[in-house]
Amino acid sequence: MAYHHDLGVRRHRFDDLKTLLACASPRRSGDELAGLAADSDERRMAARYALAELPLRSFLSEALIPYEDDEVTRLIVDRHDAAAFAPVAHLTVGGFRDWLLSYAATSEALAALAPGLTPEMVAAVSKLMRNQDLIAVAAKCRVVTAFRSTLGLPGRLACRLQPNHPTDDPLGIAASTLDGLLFGAGDAVIGLNPATDSVPDCIRLLEMFDALRQRFEIPTQSCVLAHVTTSLRAMERGAPLDLVFQSIAGSEGANRGFGIDLALLREAHAAARSLKRGTVGGHCMYFETGQGSALSANAHHGVDQQTLEVRAYAVAREFQPLLVNTVVGFIGPEYLYDAKQIIRAGLEDHCCGKLLGLPMGVDVCYTNHAEADQDDMDTLLVLLATAGVNFVIAVPGADDVMLSYQSLSYHDVVATRHLMNLKPAPEFEAWLARMGLLDAQGRLPPPGADSRALRQLLALEGLSR
Amino acid sequence: MSALKPPPADLVDPYAGLRVATRARIGLGRSGDALPTTALLDFQTAHGRARDAVHGVVDYERIAGLLQPLPSLRLRSRAPDRASYLRRPDWGRRLHAEDLPALSALHGDYDLALVVADGLSAAAVNAHAAPLIAALLERIPNWKLAPVVLAQQARVALGDEVGEALGARLVAVLVGERPGLSIADSLGIYLTWAPRLGRADSERNCISNIHADGLSYAQAADTLVWLMAEARQRRLTGVELKVDAAPALGEAARNDLCLE
Repeated sequence: MAYHHDLGVRRHRFDDLKTLLACASPRRSGDELAGLAADSDERRMAARYALAELPLRSFLSEALIPYEDDEVTRLIVDRHDAAAFAPVAHLTVGGFRDWLLSYAATSEALAALAPGLTPEMVAAVSKLMRNQDLIAVAAKCRVVTAFRSTLGLPGRLACRLQPNHPTDDPLGIAASTLDGLLFGAGDAVIGLNPATDSVPDCIRLLEMFDALRQRFEIPTQSCVLAHVTTSLRAMERGAPLDLVFQSIAGSEGANRGFGIDLALLREAHAAARSLKRGTVGGHCMYFETGQGSALSANAHHGVDQQTLEVRAYAVAREFQPLLVNTVVGFIGPEYLYDAKQIIRAGLEDHCCGKLLGLPMGVDVCYTNHAEADQDDMDTLLVLLATAGVNFVIAVPGADDVMLSYQSLSYHDVVATRHLMNLKPAPEFEAWLARMGLLDAQGRLPPPGADSRALRQLLALEGLSR
Repeated sequence: MSALKPPPADLVDPYAGLRVATRARIGLGRSGDALPTTALLDFQTAHGRARDAVHGVVDYERIAGLLQPLPSLRLRSRAPDRASYLRRPDWGRRLHAEDLPALSALHGDYDLALVVADGLSAAAVNAHAAPLIAALLERIPNWKLAPVVLAQQARVALGDEVGEALGARLVAVLVGERPGLSIADSLGIYLTWAPRLGRADSERNCISNIHADGLSYAQAADTLVWLMAEARQRRLTGVELKVDAAPALGEAARNDLCLE
């Protein structure tokens, strides 16, 4: 079905729904690379007018990627909750934006609505939203998950501690981990991107993290971000695995590019759940996503990269994850060219994930060939903290020496928590207090040279096996 | 009094024992909640160098001089400038239409075509391309070599079109790798059997991490010669060519972490 909008003296035609969505998207290099972007700003606005007038219900009758061809589409359609959708079923996409911003859209109303929303509805409305809208709506969404710590509570900002090392050297990983703990990082997860994806290496690293956690009685979870099949084999061999990690995307073909399908994720989810390693909750999956992954896998079906990103959240939602984060600036300038595009995408991904009921975090990051720097990351971090992001990722000094990109520094997490009066996860906050790292106001000041925690944590004999 | 003794090293820098185990920026200290000034400037310097490497220009005239008497030829991709190159990887993978005839005129019977591509680090190509080629040539005196192609605004896959136009049985693309903060001049080599338009990345083998603190020219050349001999014998490159047995492969090469 084609869509039209008259703007000035021109009639703009959009051949189908995915073309309309792509043309309504804010400008970004990945859609231009795919040949999907509007070729003028006026055409982009014509698409937004047409989209604003479109009934939300349209997305239930016109699939962007055919049901028969794609298991992600089938998941979206089969899981749609018509009763939850009922309160907004009469709205257009434009009317839906107004409703989301209204005082009627309370945290409770948004949580109840989430199962009634499809990724395409959420992507569509986000294209009509300014950055301020994306922040305001996300800030109203609450998604709380738990394993050994509770994440997503109001007034909290959690952090994945990412202690990557180019050769997975145990002492090097431990050094980055302990450095982060002294900044109060790691309440979301201590999560390592391994340099090699082998089962024995994965088990060795899981055992190291588990020993560290038990030695200091840290109320958090660890994760080695290996392929899901590696995690499955590790669990079969009895490894102390808390969370199963996997990168996911918004089409069956792109997921195949990652070497996964829904059946494999179901198998891994069941295996991890049966270990029952969580103490305060049982959410045991961790997913990463990022705009552009489907195009780079040549499996985008002519759908714009932001809509595909939100479709990936339908995959995540199926498995009640503890953590989901977009790796927003990692993919490079051919998908998100500069800081303007990265910041916008980070806010979109966070808001859209939250609307679908996901515990969204963001890796606030960029590569050296993108037009961005640490000043831009400061901006995005403050915006996301304002929007109530569940967690961010931090590495020593913002420099990931394994993946060669820049994320946040541990410093940035402390600074933002203090600036915005946000606390770590409650169980982890209590541990920081027990370690003597917090002052009377609950802040985490620089530890002195005689700090008990510093001496305890850095006394490393035995960890460098 | 104990005050007369020097303090133990771990009180001067409690991280001293850990820094040897990682290049990560641990134990930077804090100015309030922020980075201390020196750490801030160190980081910005590293980022500045990385950006300079990405946006720099390769001095191909100098490289052509260093390669002599080996003949070389300069070519452009379809990306007209750096900004377009970064946005449009597809343009960087194709030859400029005007440059194809000069290349096709050199079509011949070649065992190997060498392509030098600026990729994402001009600094890497300026520093390492010519000495690496010299180290390679010492090891393959009997190979029939095509004129060396020096390609501007070029990505790895440009070698497919070049190799096909030249009629070479193998193409090795020497390319500047995406700079990190610690190393901005790392060179990579991608080897492709029977190059032609549309080859997939899974049909190539990669040697990564060639720089002063990584693989040496000799190590990289040994590995490349080993791969080329295997490729010629088995008439393929890529995932089916087991690189586990190759000598001195860099860690990044083993881990499929080659960064174009």
